[in-house]
Amino acid sequence: MFGSYGSLMREGVLGLNKRNGDYILRFNPRSRYPLVDDKLKTKRLAVAAGIAVPELYGVIETQHDIRTLPDIVRSHNEFALKPAHGSAGDGIVVISGRSGNRYRTIGGDILDEDFLSHHLSNAINGQFSLGGVQDVVIVEYMVHFSPLFERISYQGVPDIRVIVFRGIPIMSMVRLPTRGSRGKANLHQGAVGAGIDLATGITLDGVIGTEVVTHHPDTTHAIAGLRVPEWDTILDIAARCYELTGLGYIGVDVVLDRDLGPLVLELNARPGLAIQIANRQGLLRRLKICEERADFTASPAQRIEFAKREFRHPVGPQLEPQSIAAGAA
Amino acid sequence: MNNRHIYALSAVLTLLGLALFYYKVHVVGFPLRPQEQTQIWNIEAAVRFEPGPAAVKATLRIPSLTPGFALLDENFVSRGFGLATRSAPAGREAQWTLRQATGPQTLYYRALVYRDATRIAEDTTPPFPAPPELDEPSQIAMEGLIAEVRRQSADVASFTTELLRHINLAQNDPYVSVFLKRGDNAADRARLATVLLAGAQIPARIAHGILLRNEPGPVQAEQLLEVHDGVQWLYFNPRTLEQGLPRDFFIWWRGGDRIADVEGGSAPDVTLAVQQNLLDSMLVAERRAEKLGSHSIEFSLFSLPIATQAVYSVLLMIPIGALVILFLRNFVGVKTFGTFMPVLVALAFRETLLMWGILLFTVIVSLGLLIRFYLEKLRLLLVPRLTCVLTVVVMLMAGISVLSHKLGIQPGLSIALFPMVIISMTIERMSIVWEERGASEAIQEGVGSLIVAAAAYLVMGIAALAHLIFVFPELLLLVIAAALLSGRYTGYRLLELRRFKALRPSGTPSGSAT
Repeated sequence: MFGSYGSLMREGVLGLNKRNGDYILRFNPRSRYPLVDDKLKTKRLAVAAGIAVPELYGVIETQHDIRTLPDIVRSHNEFALKPAHGSAGDGIVVISGRSGNRYRTIGGDILDEDFLSHHLSNAINGQFSLGGVQDVVIVEYMVHFSPLFERISYQGVPDIRVIVFRGIPIMSMVRLPTRGSRGKANLHQGAVGAGIDLATGITLDGVIGTEVVTHHPDTTHAIAGLRVPEWDTILDIAARCYELTGLGYIGVDVVLDRDLGPLVLELNARPGLAIQIANRQGLLRRLKICEERADFTASPAQRIEFAKREFRHPVGPQLEPQSIAAGAA
Repeated sequence: MNNRHIYALSAVLTLLGLALFYYKVHVVGFPLRPQEQTQIWNIEAAVRFEPGPAAVKATLRIPSLTPGFALLDENFVSRGFGLATRSAPAGREAQWTLRQATGPQTLYYRALVYRDATRIAEDTTPPFPAPPELDEPSQIAMEGLIAEVRRQSADVASFTTELLRHINLAQNDPYVSVFLKRGDNAADRARLATVLLAGAQIPARIAHGILLRNEPGPVQAEQLLEVHDGVQWLYFNPRTLEQGLPRDFFIWWRGGDRIADVEGGSAPDVTLAVQQNLLDSMLVAERRAEKLGSHSIEFSLFSLPIATQAVYSVLLMIPIGALVILFLRNFVGVKTFGTFMPVLVALAFRETLLMWGILLFTVIVSLGLLIRFYLEKLRLLLVPRLTCVLTVVVMLMAGISVLSHKLGIQPGLSIALFPMVIISMTIERMSIVWEERGASEAIQEGVGSLIVAAAAYLVMGIAALAHLIFVFPELLLLVIAAALLSGRYTGYRLLELRRFKALRPSGTPSGSAT
């Protein structure tokens, strides 16, 4: 037991206690939390800073507002409903089609208006928010995810998580929905997490839970070796989220839209630790490297340069030829 | 710097807690174990006499210097008499006075005595005694005896032993037979020993006392010879020549006088009695604190009404339960519903006992979940739905109580003590986790909560611990210190070692040890 403790230490693995005590408590001022806990605030902040986000169609704030949903989405056949304070993707409903007062979710379920208004009222009453506080529901643009990930995800929207420490991207991964996760990009529910080499934007082997998988369990395509398009833009967005929020340790969730490119979905002030398993790399080692020799006052571009230089994945670049092969197939 | 602050604070809290604890244990004598009982003795002296026609003055010698024992309480029973206690050269005296008394009188002195090893004869060193004034033949006999005994002995102790041996063999000893007549009792012999010791310039006195045994009926006072060797008092049994103060011997009074005398009345008839009792150590400590002038009792939980004390005896254990949860969450990494929900469930287990508690909790939560899933179909708003779940939980509890009563299963009744609001919230949380994250995660967290509650219950149920915390609430400062220290524990949790197994270099020999 002490042996494994020591080997985790040597690998620079970040534990929950250390994440909470030494990083979140130190670098995330409590007063800034509402900026990321409320997705509506995050969205408005990002828009003001010129960071691309899914377009906001409308907000349902009260029980009464639920009736206005058809008006809000009149000109949109596809849209997503998100509780502003939801965590871990709880309470999100994505509608990809409509006929009359029936809605079709992206997973293929048909929902009637009744069900949808019940879901909305639950969300407004705080069923999905931390601590059960009153909430509002955001109605926004449904992301058409980039065909790149189509072969390695089952329904749902794969998203890219970048951990940003005081403005420096230190680790990233892509979360790929599976049948087991019921189309959700949530690692706890069985989605595949695959690390992305920060320097090149190329995916690595994935993990489900703590098991390494080389191929997507539903689509059976290889996960590793894909080059994420517009990788530099994604890193730039992630790095700028530090100035946006003033939070020193955040997870930036970005989604790649087919037409609009990278969009920020949400920010997380308590990002999970599973990203380390997806990368087979410890966060703590990278955090220490930053604390030792990074210049936190540098511009976003310089910070990204630092990250690319320091955090090149040891096995990442070798996988590049496969990516070309996969792209040609 | 931040950490040093925490270390200093927890060190201060620990020291403060332990210092108070030490004071209360060693100075006031609070019991360390529950239901600890201290042996105490009720001693009683009854003085009976016929008063004369004039004013009556009765004097009773009462205990003052009692090595090995301490007085817990004493009282005097004497109808109509004026009472005064005063210090006399040989100890303390109680004096009863009455202008005119008619008929036989009985005066009582009663005291509670407990063993206290810290009490020693804190007498000052006595002066050398004046040589006794004796007539010519006695003087010669004494000098002869002293010379002989001195020849046969080395120091004060052996001198005394040897002298007592001579006195005990009075018939055969030419010197001693000068002093003793046939039929003299032990007290007379002891008195003779003090006289002879005075002749040898050795301070000595007679200690009268009783053996504290549980004997019904009156007991006889016995005598010990106290001899000072220049450093301390030595004790000798004048009859058996044994040296040392017997463990059970309680010294009542000292000197050549009788225990009581009466002026203006007949010679008193004094009976002594002893009764052994057990008294809650807590009471003994309380009295003792009073005598010490300590405020540790006045400002302790024992000053509260009994009903409130009972409440606090439970409440004070909650921090201990919280500490268990802290350990299981932050060091082991067990997931639970709600931070301190398991403590409340553990409190309920106190009434239901563990197995029944787990069974009833599982039954209630499972039934509640079924209802909750049904209500989900009705699409109720959140607060009305919670109200429904709560009401159903209460009804389920009542139903289980009635059913188990009919079946004669008594533990089923105690379900009434379950924290129903907490259980309703748990059901709500669990059903959301169930829907959003899947059944396995919901059951995992539910089982985690139960395990933590059971662990908290078992720790909170340690009687010795509950007693310690109630009698020494300052120990909770140690709980704060522990919480402060673990608040800065940033190492891995036990379950994380397994979670991040994939990150360990595969070649390490410790790879299999998880």
